[in-house]
Amino acid sequence: MIRKSVRATVILAALLLTPLALAATTGIGEQAKMVVQQSFRAKGQAGMDRLVQDDVQRICSRTPKQAPLSAKEIERLMRSQEAAIRYPADGNYVGDWREGEKIAQSGIGMQFSDDPTKPAGGNCYACHQLSKTEISYGTIGPSLYQYRALRGDDPDLARRTYAKIYNPQAFLPCSKMPRFGHKGILTEAQIKDVVALLLAPASPVNQE
Amino acid sequence: MRGFRLSKPALGLAFLALFGSSIVMAQAASDALAQYREMMADDNPADLWVTRGAELWKAPRGPRQVSLEQCDLGLGAGVTKGAYAALPRYFNDAKKVMDLETRLVHCMVTLQGMKLEDVVRQPYGSGSRRSDFEALAAYIAEQSRGMKVSVPLRNKAERKAYALGEQIFFYRGGTHDFACATCHGETGTRIRMQDLPNLAEQADARKAYVAWPAYRVSQGELRTMQWRMNDCLRQQRFPDLAFGSEASIALITYLAHNADGGVMAAPGLKR
Repeated sequence: MIRKSVRATVILAALLLTPLALAATTGIGEQAKMVVQQSFRAKGQAGMDRLVQDDVQRICSRTPKQAPLSAKEIERLMRSQEAAIRYPADGNYVGDWREGEKIAQSGIGMQFSDDPTKPAGGNCYACHQLSKTEISYGTIGPSLYQYRALRGDDPDLARRTYAKIYNPQAFLPCSKMPRFGHKGILTEAQIKDVVALLLAPASPVNQE
Repeated sequence: MRGFRLSKPALGLAFLALFGSSIVMAQAASDALAQYREMMADDNPADLWVTRGAELWKAPRGPRQVSLEQCDLGLGAGVTKGAYAALPRYFNDAKKVMDLETRLVHCMVTLQGMKLEDVVRQPYGSGSRRSDFEALAAYIAEQSRGMKVSVPLRNKAERKAYALGEQIFFYRGGTHDFACATCHGETGTRIRMQDLPNLAEQADARKAYVAWPAYRVSQGELRTMQWRMNDCLRQQRFPDLAFGSEASIALITYLAHNADGGVMAAPGLKR
């Protein structure tokens, strides 16, 4: 009888301690989240809510030491992001490429040092080549020069381009590119202008 | 030229002249910066911060009117040579991992008797409002010049700081989903014309780490590693990274260990 209760106590103790032991070995991600929350202060337009991760941010924060995403996770992530895309009600995806060029050049917006009453830029040139004339471009993303010619025959190109800028996570899981529409960085009209920059025959993107 | 301060506009003009004449190709920009660095090598305006830092280190200050000369930066009380290259590290008296700036805060409070809230009021200089930390960091870092970065993670606390730093380096958030790794997790890319070091890899991490603290030409200020972290996270659209916060020390520990073995060349000169 005594032996039985001792054994029960041991089992109970083991059951109680297992989660603790697990937390101690696997909890670095959770600990990092707490440290992040304690280490920042709200400033300007950048509130503490910016540190709270949504699904995409959480799933796409893996270190190289962690296992890569499973095919199932990738599928679920892309579907959920795709389902959240809001297309323009008027069915028109193409704005003014001249405005699009200004948006592509501007890197301001959403920093705590930025004026929140001014519209944000898209800063496309920070990561992409877009035209032959602007030689100060980054290489984090692919070149988009000759976008129209290289993607010519797709009748759905304008809609797909709009969607890609709105939420690149619907096309490439854990893409480095910001979700300009999904996160409200650019307005619908601004995204249309950037679509025009990529598609308009007269845009510098599509010049020889 | 030593001790002579070039005015900000003059520096800007010299810089522009180099850039303007060679803006034809993207590569030219980094060449111009290298050239500018070479030209300025013996006349880094950072010298002014080093001089002021030396004065601050030796001056009796605070309610107790003592200098920082008995401050232990990890190699023993008052040892400044090589101290910066071996930071961040765990300090037994404070029971935590500290980088240079947090250790200086600790010494100002415990040795000089200053109040914490007064000490951390001006972590970064702005125009005529100068920061003691920028001057002290320049002075201390200069005494590790030519020495190897040595942050080998000898104990549990340092290993934990590194592990946290790694998590935070890959932590995506904010309006733009950016993590440090978004720009600094790949080799051979650039943002606009600026080459981006891959800070998760030893070769690039060394090159980047050993140049800080650095005189920032575009700002006319000497900037510390704490400032570098804060300003990167600002551009990540995160809130304000608190000076000396646990996340800042974790990130600096992550970078320092990745840069282990790199030869210190601070204070450096940056665009």
